[in-house]
Amino acid sequence: MQLVRAHILVCGGTGCTSSGSKQVQDVLAKELEKHKLDKEVKIVETGCHGFCEMGPLVIVYPEGTFYVRVQAEDVPEIVEEHLLKGRIVTRLLYKAPVTEEQIPAYKEINFYKKQLRVALRNCGSINPEVIQEYIARGGYESLEKVLFEMTPEQVIDEIKRSGLRGRGGGGFPTGLKWEFCRRSPGDMKYIICNADEGDPGAFMDRSVLEGDPHSVIEGMAIGAYAIGAREGYIYCRAEYPLAIKRLKIAISQAEELGLLGENILGSGFSFDLHIKEGAGAFVCGEETALMASIEGRRGMPRVRPPFPAQSGLWGKPSNINNVETFANVPVIIKRGAEWFASMGTEKSKGTKVFALTGKVNNTGLVEVPMGITLREIIFDIGGGIVGGKKYKGVQIGGPSGGCIPAHLVDTPVDYESLIEAGAMMGSGGLVVMDETTCMVDLARFFLNFTQSESCGKCTPCREGTKRMLEILTRICNGQGVPEDIETLERLGRVIKSTALCGLGNTAPNPVLSTLRYFRHEYEAHIFEKRCPAHVCSALLVYSIDEEKCIGCGRCLRACPAGAITGEKKEPHKIDPEKCIKCGSCFEKCKQEAIIRS
Amino acid sequence: MGCTCDDQQNLAQSLQNDTNTWTKLQDLLERFRGQRGSLVTVLQQVQDIYGYLPRPVMQHVAEVLRIKPAKVYGVATFYKQFRLTPMGKYVILLCQGTACHVNGSERLAEALCEELQISEGETTTDGLFTLSSAACLGCCSLAPVMMINGLAYGQLTPQKARQIVKELAEQEKGSLQEGGLQ
Repeated sequence: MQLVRAHILVCGGTGCTSSGSKQVQDVLAKELEKHKLDKEVKIVETGCHGFCEMGPLVIVYPEGTFYVRVQAEDVPEIVEEHLLKGRIVTRLLYKAPVTEEQIPAYKEINFYKKQLRVALRNCGSINPEVIQEYIARGGYESLEKVLFEMTPEQVIDEIKRSGLRGRGGGGFPTGLKWEFCRRSPGDMKYIICNADEGDPGAFMDRSVLEGDPHSVIEGMAIGAYAIGAREGYIYCRAEYPLAIKRLKIAISQAEELGLLGENILGSGFSFDLHIKEGAGAFVCGEETALMASIEGRRGMPRVRPPFPAQSGLWGKPSNINNVETFANVPVIIKRGAEWFASMGTEKSKGTKVFALTGKVNNTGLVEVPMGITLREIIFDIGGGIVGGKKYKGVQIGGPSGGCIPAHLVDTPVDYESLIEAGAMMGSGGLVVMDETTCMVDLARFFLNFTQSESCGKCTPCREGTKRMLEILTRICNGQGVPEDIETLERLGRVIKSTALCGLGNTAPNPVLSTLRYFRHEYEAHIFEKRCPAHVCSALLVYSIDEEKCIGCGRCLRACPAGAITGEKKEPHKIDPEKCIKCGSCFEKCKQEAIIRS
Repeated sequence: MGCTCDDQQNLAQSLQNDTNTWTKLQDLLERFRGQRGSLVTVLQQVQDIYGYLPRPVMQHVAEVLRIKPAKVYGVATFYKQFRLTPMGKYVILLCQGTACHVNGSERLAEALCEELQISEGETTTDGLFTLSSAACLGCCSLAPVMMINGLAYGQLTPQKARQIVKELAEQEKGSLQEGGLQ
């Protein structure tokens, strides 16, 4: 292997690629060649670093200098200044929000400082398309250890003692799940990885698959050995083309090296792994629906029992875990159950990856120890609310989760505390909201999602979510009636307790939790016909402040309905009859003369 | 609505006459014949060949794979990815995720519908653009986002979105004219 003096890591995740990291890489290669540095400096295309908002990201090692929002035209400067003369290009460094301090080192940035990367340990540090890089960081050592030094029972015991729980939402203990499947009689068993990350607002599984596919493959192979499976499937959604591509590469590389396939490492254990592409159905994240989909049928859930551990894929005992869960397995085997259990809280061990998005300064993927408070995530790692606006709450767990209001910002993030607060871990989407987010509109948004994704098999979900959505839409349109709140609560309770699968059981959560904490917003919509956050357009009234209006005519020209009249340099007027409440005038006005109430 | 049997027959005939795609289809079906649980994958690859799932082809798939046509149709209509009508050259996927929603994705949709003069789920008459939506594209830090033929465009405003579509349309016009000159 050739030794080089510096490595340049260019992020090749979906986020950075869309902001132009491919071009950065091309120019970089040319520049290195031009300065005859191509033998001394190596370019590594990595997976996602999680800080997508700042992309394209470029990190120069050994210093660990972290350049953000690098464009192709910045590359010559990095090469000439940093690589040739050893001077850091300060204008491309990350600037801390609020203090505006420039921070050169990756590890010093608040966004990363408080993180503890276990599942994401290799994401952004290695080239996911080269298996040797994974192996160089200790990859596949755990598989070897398991195959030659441990019995399947010992593996299950280790995972049980570690306290690892399903990272896909439910939080079921992984070791226990494996044990059920191991004990199920059957000659053929399957292990399945649920990579159908459908929750709007969550993208950690995509990042793991794109940035470190081998950790999932190794985790699955270990799981297969533990439960006694010879065949496995990764069910990945088709919306993640890059993840699928990297998985395919990873599987074929692992097969070439004898880490997958017949008689792995000469141990006598064989394991074949296949990829199944989803075809766009959120309900397929439910395990029985997912298996129906692998079987080539419509992805509809079925009644349990029998549980997949007894009768799953093609009627054989099957075990399904989520991407992040599998990515944790190799580290647990390598560093021991005690090490893993030392992180987190009493009942929630280890770390969890969250997708921090919404109205927060630093958005991206963050991995934190369980039990950390929302405040630490949002204000320390996330750097607070955009534009210094008022923090209103956080939506956690996607369409199955709920909203946690500002006064509960010190809630620790673990499975139990979140459920107590009326939300749930879900897959880990964290959407931060400020005063400009309308909670009724948000509840409607999530219900609209679950309603359109309902498979239609059971009545409570099919009909119930539809009725709830109708009521919410009515409220947002200013046509709510007093009994709506009670009806929503009753419907929510019924759907929760009677729907067939997890999708239906959790669908009312966003509504119920907003009703619990933000009831006054519902009441404002219904009784006062007013949207406190100024979001629901049907409830807004636009008018012009005659004192501030200078008669520039910008609003008049922008209005698509011809509702604004007025002479040049004279205050204008909006005809409320003609106004379609599109907000165009509000955006165009530079004098802040348009009043929205 | 009148009977469409004739239309379907004509379509079936013209599909068979296109030997290039027809051979691809036969190869594909040959590969998967007898393989259990392959229907979703087969339909995905059929869609790769035709850009959508023509009805006569679904019928043919059912016959070759020995699956009931109703089942094939059931799967084709269950999953969002499958389309029963031809798609545009550029498929615009508008992200409907939470982060995009709170960052104004609805206004993007409005702008694009207006720019392209179509509603969501439709294709422009020139066959260039199909406007579609996805539950979440998983690029939430770049919200609001749209994806055109697999490439994600982030941090959009209604104006930016219009601009991107306009540029693609211009590009197409340009290449058409070049083609005409040759």
